[in-house]
Amino acid sequence: MSDTAIAEPGHEIEGSGQGRSLWQDARRRFLQNRAAVISLIVMILIALIAIFGPLFAAWNNEEVDWNVLGDIASMGGPSIENGHYFGVDELGRDLYARVVQGTQVSLMVGVIGSLIAVTFGTLYGATAGYVGGRTDNIMMRLVDILMSIPYMFVLILLLVVFGRSMWLLFVGIGLISWLEMSRIVRGQTLALKSKEYVEAALATGVKHRVIVTRHIIPNLMGIIVIYATLLVPQMILTESFISFLGLGVQEPNTSWGALISEGASTLQYGTYWQLVFPLAFFIVTLFCFFFIGDGLRDALDPKDR
Amino acid sequence: MTAFIIKRLLSAIPTLLILIIFSFLLMHSAPGGPFSSDRPLPPEVLANIEAKYHLDDPLPLQIWNYVVGVVTQFDFGPSFQYKDRTVNEIIGQGFPVTLTYGTISFVVAVVFGCALGMMAALKQNTWLDYLAVGISIGAQVLPNFVMAPILVLIFTLWLGWLPGGGWNGGAWPYLIMPVIALSTSFMASIARIMRSSLLEVMHSNFIRTARAKGLPSRDILFQHALKPAMLPVISYLGPTFVIMITGSVVIDLYFTTGGIGQAFVNSALNRDYSVMMGITILVGCLTIFFNLIVDILYAWIDPKIKL
Amino acid sequence: MSLLEVENLSVTFTTPDGQVRAVQDVSFSLGEQKTLAIVGESGSGKSQTAFSIMGLLAPNGQTSGSIKFDGTEILGLPETELNAYRAAQIAMIFQDPMTSLNPYLRVSKQMAEVLMRHKGMSKTDAINDSIKMLDAVKIPDPARRVHMYPHEFSGGMRQRVMIAMALLCHPRLVIADEPTTALDVTVQAQIMDLLSDLQSDFGMSIVLITHDLGVVKGSCEETLVLYGGRVMETGPTDQMFAEPAHPYTRGLLKAVPRLGSTGAELATIPGNPPNMLRPPKGCAFSPRCGFANEQCNSAKPALEFFDAKRSRACHLTREQIA
Repeated sequence: MSDTAIAEPGHEIEGSGQGRSLWQDARRRFLQNRAAVISLIVMILIALIAIFGPLFAAWNNEEVDWNVLGDIASMGGPSIENGHYFGVDELGRDLYARVVQGTQVSLMVGVIGSLIAVTFGTLYGATAGYVGGRTDNIMMRLVDILMSIPYMFVLILLLVVFGRSMWLLFVGIGLISWLEMSRIVRGQTLALKSKEYVEAALATGVKHRVIVTRHIIPNLMGIIVIYATLLVPQMILTESFISFLGLGVQEPNTSWGALISEGASTLQYGTYWQLVFPLAFFIVTLFCFFFIGDGLRDALDPKDR
Repeated sequence: MTAFIIKRLLSAIPTLLILIIFSFLLMHSAPGGPFSSDRPLPPEVLANIEAKYHLDDPLPLQIWNYVVGVVTQFDFGPSFQYKDRTVNEIIGQGFPVTLTYGTISFVVAVVFGCALGMMAALKQNTWLDYLAVGISIGAQVLPNFVMAPILVLIFTLWLGWLPGGGWNGGAWPYLIMPVIALSTSFMASIARIMRSSLLEVMHSNFIRTARAKGLPSRDILFQHALKPAMLPVISYLGPTFVIMITGSVVIDLYFTTGGIGQAFVNSALNRDYSVMMGITILVGCLTIFFNLIVDILYAWIDPKIKL
Repeated sequence: MSLLEVENLSVTFTTPDGQVRAVQDVSFSLGEQKTLAIVGESGSGKSQTAFSIMGLLAPNGQTSGSIKFDGTEILGLPETELNAYRAAQIAMIFQDPMTSLNPYLRVSKQMAEVLMRHKGMSKTDAINDSIKMLDAVKIPDPARRVHMYPHEFSGGMRQRVMIAMALLCHPRLVIADEPTTALDVTVQAQIMDLLSDLQSDFGMSIVLITHDLGVVKGSCEETLVLYGGRVMETGPTDQMFAEPAHPYTRGLLKAVPRLGSTGAELATIPGNPPNMLRPPKGCAFSPRCGFANEQCNSAKPALEFFDAKRSRACHLTREQIA
């Protein structure tokens, strides 16, 4: 690399931002957003709990503590001495172990679901936008048609008909959200396609494959990352909704939604901890994802520059 | 205008057909079929039942009959679970309840959401703005299934002010908690959309022109800014109404209000496919209907859109 | 007494990246029925000068100095008191007629509300007056077109609507912020002709803000050249054009395309306008000035009169830059 290519620090040419890439710039902006950074740290902590939490559990998530089973309302509360840090559920199982297990499932649903939605939506939207013309027309008509389908109901229908399985839930939730994603990506692709540098590349005979990989995809990354982050909480919400209805994950598996549902239904017995702990994890995680998503949008969205 | 509405209604036909055929095939491919229960039925009884429900017809004929029934008479057929009730009766019983608290929640969410968003935008970067943003961020992580138990915990178990469930013909003490639980997160979303869209409009050139004309700020807000600021809110409202009805599933389950959501969950748990299909198609129709209304409203506000 | 008197006007914006000093120590005055051109590149502070007169600065902008209209201080007046001046006494024509008219309201509504507000007219009277004004700016078939939406007009017609709207209350001062930038060249000339016709009809003063020196010649008595938020040169337009006294003015004049100058390349001023977050220590123009020396890079030149009516801010003598 020649010396001239390296921008000297403190000697920027009229603040035009030369010598700093888009992603470095975005990282600087993101790190300046305190709420987003704190959220990211908390989110990493929650992920660590999901991964390493079982190592610290005094009880297995399926083990029943017969000592407290008779009188959960007075003896099953959170306690350090008997190892039930979060108390026990109405079957005498350790709530800490259950919450860790639920965290694993819910985060997994969120991440896998949004990966599916983003992958599918991006491929579909980018194809429609890049190919354009009739293909674009037909593909987006189809999206319009599918948009009017009440997915929550169809997903429940699917779960009832084919039996509740974890992978069906993951895929089903992921497929709910790809439509929105495909519309966003298509719009962005159309905008990129009419940019001068893409037209210049086309005019000089650069291959489509190269244009897509060099110009289109790198410029779509920002918006994809933002929406992927904002989709995760939506996925978690959807899964929790379905699990709350008792139609999602099945025992002995659990998720935040299922735990909240159990906690909510046993509220009148005074076992408040059954609601509070899963709810706290759920709310904090959603908060974190929203703040991280907002931070990423502010950092990456060229509109606000 | 009329041509637009007719065109839109015609274009809704493929959507509904896809929905109907898809759910019908889904139901048909259910392992064991709708009458497989724990207690195996004698073959001749099963054959009788299948004849009664036309399950022995060839598949395309079954679909055709079902579609014709739905389209010509809005008839979703008999319930598979309750031998003496039709899907229409079940829907007819629950739908008014859902519609009642759904509409109230919708109005509450729109009115308070818009007010909150406007207040935040007009007082940008003041404590009022931070308060409004705080409320709307907080409310966003409180979906109906979280709000419902929290409300019951506070107002029923601790304070004892409100009944923890039931419908009682829609008497207001029975309405309050369902409405709050259902509308909170939507109010938050509407407030967020309203805030950012009004902020964007207030920074636009034509608002500067309006200021240069010496108009008082009230006129600038209500006569110049509000119309364009409402557009993103309106396009959010179409799906919202339907999501409200989806949310009623939780409300019905938790507050035993007896709406259509309760019927849906019951039918889901009992594998009562015809009822599930009926409700799914009904919600599909509502989605299309409200999207149409949103488009008309949109065109009414934006003079650049010609219907 | 002058109609408009601006003294030591400074405008500073507080941004997340620091203070931006958009306008510094700008002074000028304008008599009744006179026209002043404020000339500069984008970012020179000319629009912000105009906005401070109208009280239209963004909320993060602070001003200092003085702006007197007809002897009354109007800088820093509260919004409600400013509203009595806006449109009624001082009107503004904005640069982009596409976005400066409200696309969601009919022209009739946008025009009539001005008269209803400031003249207390009824809606019918206000619309009738608006139609007359549209006729005055030569919009064909005004009685029908007044009820249209802005997007139904062409760019030039939209700017005419904008001008008609500004003149409704017969203001004494009209600030035209790049009124022709967004338009085709032929339409530009029409709009400028229209403006000077209207000036003789209505007898108003005009502040014309532009980056196009070609527009200035012939239509403005006085010219003020801004660069980097500071005044570089002021004086009567004819004299300045004949004999520019500042290297920047010279550069600008050389960059004006002329008919007949075939073959010769159009001169440009090398470099970019200064970054107002980190303005140069010395003369704002020094990094781009062909004559700049040590003094220019380290100290800001003061604006000094060298003639009864002309002033310039340059360390070098007029002979040195000739």
